[in-house]
Amino acid sequence: MPDPKGLKIETMRSTLSRARGLGAANTGVQEWWMQRLTSLALIPLTLWFVFSLVQLTGAPYAVVHAWAGTPIHATLLLALIAITFQHMRMGVQTIAEDYIHGTTVRLTLTLAVKAASLLLALAATIAVLKLAIAG
Amino acid sequence: MRDVRDVQMLGRTSDGRLVQRPLSGHLSVYLDFDMVMSVGHRITGCALAVGTIVLVWFLVALASGESAYASVSWFLRTPVGYFALFGWTAALWYHFCVGIRHLIWDTGRMYDLPSVHRSRGVILGATAGLTLLTWLIALL
Repeated sequence: MPDPKGLKIETMRSTLSRARGLGAANTGVQEWWMQRLTSLALIPLTLWFVFSLVQLTGAPYAVVHAWAGTPIHATLLLALIAITFQHMRMGVQTIAEDYIHGTTVRLTLTLAVKAASLLLALAATIAVLKLAIAG
Repeated sequence: MRDVRDVQMLGRTSDGRLVQRPLSGHLSVYLDFDMVMSVGHRITGCALAVGTIVLVWFLVALASGESAYASVSWFLRTPVGYFALFGWTAALWYHFCVGIRHLIWDTGRMYDLPSVHRSRGVILGATAGLTLLTWLIALL
């Protein structure tokens, strides 16, 4: 909108700030993009995991144990664990940010989710590594 | 602009260009099926987050030995365990299907209402089909 003096201010952002593309939070679209990348990766991993579980239904301990310890299955399990927990952490955090307006509760919940997803991911990773390496 | 109320949806990009912003649903005025499906994506996401605890329990028990594995195996075969597993598969396939539609939406496709209405039928059908298929293969 031109003003009477002919001075035209369309944005308060500097050109450098726009070129950096990091936005007001200074992290850009990293989190948004990672949510998409992780969901894309989880499509084949989920199909593989559910298909495997369905085939292992009712199998004795030794069979399930041997299945998880194979290098290829252990690799896919580790990928599934890492990506699932990252996806989960971002998803739950987004929900907390959208619906919880009190800073204390939101921050507490966010940190609790971060801690829980990290610990669960580590526990699952160590379990798979033990299955793959120690048997 | 087709309606005078659209004026509420005007906003500016960071470049200063005028654009039409999407308007959030007025939950206290109306609630349609697509809004329920949208919140369903978040609810199933949270349910799946809780379900990861069972996944970790399963993997840790498998690595710990036969007696630990027997306890998780026993739990999954109780009525509560079956109910949780069934809920987990249904939530997983729902979240899976809606998630794929979200990825398609991110490319700018299928955003119009007729496409949304068509795809919701596909999503509900695929969720039911995949859940049934999973259990049929698992139990037969």
